[in-house]
Amino acid sequence: MSFGQLPYDLAHLLGGAVLLLSFVLLYQRRIAAVINAFATQGALLALAAAWQGYVQGAAGLYVTAAIAFGAKAVLIPFALHRLVRRFNLQRGVDPALGIGVSMIAGVALAGFAMLVVLPATAGQRALAREDLALALSVVLLGGLMMITRRNLISQVIGLLSLENGLILAAVGVAGMPLVMELSTAALVLMLAVIAGVFALQMGESFQSLDTESLDTHRGEGE
Amino acid sequence: MSIFTALVTQLLHLALILALAPVLTGCVRWLKARLMGRRGPHPLQPWRDLLKLLKKRPVLAENASAISRAAPYVAVGAALLAAALVPSFARGMLLAPFADLLLIAGLLALRRFAMALAGMDVGTSFGGLGATREMAFAALAEPAFVLAALIFAILAGTTNLDVIIGIFQEGALGLRVSLGFAAVALLAVAVAENARIPVDNPATHLELTMVHEAMILEASGRHLALWDFQASLRLTLWLALLAAVFLPFGMAAPGAGPIAWITGLLVFIAKMAALAFTLAVFESAIAKMRVFRVPEFLGAALLLGLLGAVFLFVSTGLS
Amino acid sequence: MLIALALALVVLAILSLAAPLLAWAALGVRVVYAGAALVSLVFAAGGFVGLVSAPEALALPFGPPWGAMRLALDPLSAWFLLILGLCGVAASAFAFGHVKGPEAPRRLVPYPLFLAGMALTLLAADGFTLVLGFELMSFASWVLVAHEHEQAENRRAARLYLGFAALGGAALILCFGWLAAGTSAGAGFAALRAAPPDGLRALAILLLVVIGAGSKAGLVPLHVWLPLAHPAAPSHVSALMSAAMTKVALYVLARVVFDLAGPAQPLFWGAVLMALGVASAIMGALRAALEEDTKTLLACSTIENIGLITLGLGLALAFRAADLGALSAVAAGAALLHALNHAMFKTLLFLGAGEVLHGAASRRMDRLGGLIHAMPWTAGLVLVGAAAAAALPPLSGFASEWLLLQALIAAWRVGDLAFQIGAAAATALAALAVALAAAAMLRFYGLVFLGRPRSPRAAGATELSGAARAALIFPATLTVIFGLTPGYLLELAAPALRLLTGAGAGLSALGGVTVTVSEGGAGYAPMIIFAVLLLMGGAAVWFARRQAPGILHGPAWDCGFIAPPHHLPFGDPTTQVSAAGMAQPLRRMLGKTLLAAREQVEMPPPGSIAPAHLQAGFHDPVLVLIAGPLPRARDRLAALAERLRDFSLRQCLGLGFAVLLGLMALLIWLERR
Repeated sequence: MSFGQLPYDLAHLLGGAVLLLSFVLLYQRRIAAVINAFATQGALLALAAAWQGYVQGAAGLYVTAAIAFGAKAVLIPFALHRLVRRFNLQRGVDPALGIGVSMIAGVALAGFAMLVVLPATAGQRALAREDLALALSVVLLGGLMMITRRNLISQVIGLLSLENGLILAAVGVAGMPLVMELSTAALVLMLAVIAGVFALQMGESFQSLDTESLDTHRGEGE
Repeated sequence: MSIFTALVTQLLHLALILALAPVLTGCVRWLKARLMGRRGPHPLQPWRDLLKLLKKRPVLAENASAISRAAPYVAVGAALLAAALVPSFARGMLLAPFADLLLIAGLLALRRFAMALAGMDVGTSFGGLGATREMAFAALAEPAFVLAALIFAILAGTTNLDVIIGIFQEGALGLRVSLGFAAVALLAVAVAENARIPVDNPATHLELTMVHEAMILEASGRHLALWDFQASLRLTLWLALLAAVFLPFGMAAPGAGPIAWITGLLVFIAKMAALAFTLAVFESAIAKMRVFRVPEFLGAALLLGLLGAVFLFVSTGLS
Repeated sequence: MLIALALALVVLAILSLAAPLLAWAALGVRVVYAGAALVSLVFAAGGFVGLVSAPEALALPFGPPWGAMRLALDPLSAWFLLILGLCGVAASAFAFGHVKGPEAPRRLVPYPLFLAGMALTLLAADGFTLVLGFELMSFASWVLVAHEHEQAENRRAARLYLGFAALGGAALILCFGWLAAGTSAGAGFAALRAAPPDGLRALAILLLVVIGAGSKAGLVPLHVWLPLAHPAAPSHVSALMSAAMTKVALYVLARVVFDLAGPAQPLFWGAVLMALGVASAIMGALRAALEEDTKTLLACSTIENIGLITLGLGLALAFRAADLGALSAVAAGAALLHALNHAMFKTLLFLGAGEVLHGAASRRMDRLGGLIHAMPWTAGLVLVGAAAAAALPPLSGFASEWLLLQALIAAWRVGDLAFQIGAAAATALAALAVALAAAAMLRFYGLVFLGRPRSPRAAGATELSGAARAALIFPATLTVIFGLTPGYLLELAAPALRLLTGAGAGLSALGGVTVTVSEGGAGYAPMIIFAVLLLMGGAAVWFARRQAPGILHGPAWDCGFIAPPHHLPFGDPTTQVSAAGMAQPLRRMLGKTLLAAREQVEMPPPGSIAPAHLQAGFHDPVLVLIAGPLPRARDRLAALAERLRDFSLRQCLGLGFAVLLGLMALLIWLERR
């Protein structure tokens, strides 16, 4: 497959859109908008998985798509919105790093991902190489978001979006066993649940989801 | 013969743009009003306003200089020339060899400069504020536009708009991530350049947030008509540019006959209507952002353009 | 022609020698400036002749012990000589127009020497002559910068300038010495060309010439003296320094890197120049958008334009390294064209700023305003320059920056991924610099000429006349003409481009009515565009004026604010936007990260009627470095060296012995290689 063929083009474009949403996540300040952007990213990811399922003729990918849509586009955003309402977090989140700086860092990371992936996958098909670069960029941007945000919910979303990148990489590779994907999806749900419990606990103890407020309580307990 | 056809196409295009520009502004206003549950002014209202204002005597401030009197004509001339370069219903117009994207950027800069000079001429605080902000936003919008031009130029081999559209029309390029990023970047630039929500509010005179309106506060009579007209021209130009590059289908080929022109015209009007509707929905759905978030917005567009270029380098290097 | 040019140099030397006597009478001063103008005209003519005819060479009957001094006129030096001549004519005419009586010799004597130094640098055909001319130029301009040495800030500027000039001179001497080390036939350019440097030596030469020429041209990070020194000189000298002297420095850079260092350089040479160019362009443009003094603003804009020219040169070098001759010619053409265009509009702008300083007695934009009413000629002519500097079509700045951006857009053809990404970023940053320059020029023009006078002195400004007006009309006319004829200028520059890029093909496509980058590529036809623009604007005038008659005048509407009290007939001038206020968006957007800009509001306590204060400012990071850590390091080093004096005899002997051993070890190492 190469440029100009619909299967490749659309898969590529969907991957690009997922990456674009990662940038939107970095760019947003308001927590509700961040959650919405994350939900959109989940939906796009589901679309990408479904399209790959159709192109590769792999029924398992439809399951992945359904799980991704159900969990990431509907369930988790819904739960997060409830959390936000419960702790009255509609105000803006203040990023630890400025928006402009984190955007520049994001573009630099995407370029970095490109430079890493391309030599490492020499000899593979162009499709796999570029999609892998896209997916790795999403992963790195998720990591960046976890570093540059102080709010717990933003950090959780960073982690989940990082995981979106992993799924994106997985669906692009033909012949990935379904078990792997199911287990990753389960892992994510577990993570989300743990994070939710943690957030509830933290919110009740500190009346805030700012993770920096934890720093002063290091080494306490027992 | 071919020069004659090109001339006719050019003149028809110019007439179309001249007639359509205020109607387009009116349509967007009307659609917005309908979406917000108001009745809204008639889509032809901007035309009526223009004709009324043209008959009125301009009132200039006592300390206004020749700049205030000359700037509207410069701005309208530049906007008109830029609009004449962007194809609407057919390619191969007389000025097509000069329809360079960087030149269009330059003409828009000329328009902006004239407007900012007019804003500063009388020495009011609002005019100066608007001029300052306009130039500062343009500082980020222009590189984003140039990066979009860079992406097109790598795909098409030139920055000539007519050639770019021709190559995009063939469809051999397919859908590309870089083009998607370029589209997003160009949309953001278009929103900023046209002073639309969320960068600026075209319908308000609220002093603290406005950019575009602040510069023409002192204009009246035919000067105001000209400023309004160039704003409409600019909106038409940008929508036509987006339509031509990203939705190039239906446009008549160079040297095609009147039947292809009519098809092209109908498709063009449909495209513009769709874009106007999208714009109205977009503007109704979101809120205006704070002035100091605009640089982030445009900076993001700039970085997306850069990212698009990077992806393009990678894919051209691979294939 | 070369003999005539050599004689012109002699005339300048005589003028300089006679200047102490001539300075006592207004007539004598006029003679000096008129002579300088005539000689500049000869330079311009010489440049033109040098471009259309074959290269010439001339060995002088005197010189250093190792050989005669040599002069030559080849297309590259001719192009820069043309620039120097045109600037010299305008600057000298301006000075001529402003002669009021006797002048201090320290202002008059160095002026012909300054011109002669620049011309000698351009005409030199061996390393010794070039360095001699370069140092003459530095020294003469230093005296002119220091001419008002009563003021502490001028003394500081001159001191800083001298430091950088010394650094640059030392680097250039080392550079040419090292270049000549590869030959046995002295430092003549032909001999240097025959033995191009390689390996580590080539790298050292690149570094040295970048320091030597870059510190004079104002490339970041060697630019800090420029915004201080250029404004301190008299206005006509500021114009020459900004428009011509920086170009002479770039000529030295181009001569060494493109010509003397051999026909093939690796790709990264181009990348180094591009990076320096982009950094200068951004830094200069941003500072220009924040400065509050007219001449400082213009000096910062010079840094920006020098950056763009260097970017073009670096790109040409990269294209040449990648064997893309035609594109290399495009990039080099953009650089040369922009050098010429910038020289013209910057001369115009500096002379205009000088006229404002003369007519309204201030350089601070917060004390100017509304001068378009009192000085309509100056305002109109400066508008041409400001619009060209803001890269507006169809003026000259747009033509060369269009060509530069086209070359940058084609940079992806080099093929190296890292270079492509860098070039795309450079494209974006160059466009950012151009847009910032437009903002800076609007701010300059709007604050100085538009609005209401901000001080009584500005309200009573006086207009220029006579030779000074002609001195402004001349570059303004050329700015318009050059904007309309870039194709023909490129045809004129073709021999110089061939020399720079070694490309014969691809040049023919550049020239003519339409400037085209490549066959079938994008084209720019300024004359046609201008004609259509006139047609469109004319149609708008005709259509709009057809219906409504006349214009009424009334008080400014200003969103319904109340009319000013009687004692302020034009309203309170401070209600206009101020220089600091106009810089605010850009200061917040970019200044905080790049220039450590700060804003501080001091609010009075509640209930107090004292005014609140806003303090805003920025620091150039390099200047901070020079003012702080560098001197401290020097002091530490000096203290360390001081300790040498306390050495005992044995220690002194031991030191000498150790040096001897070290030298021997070096010798062994060198022989082993």
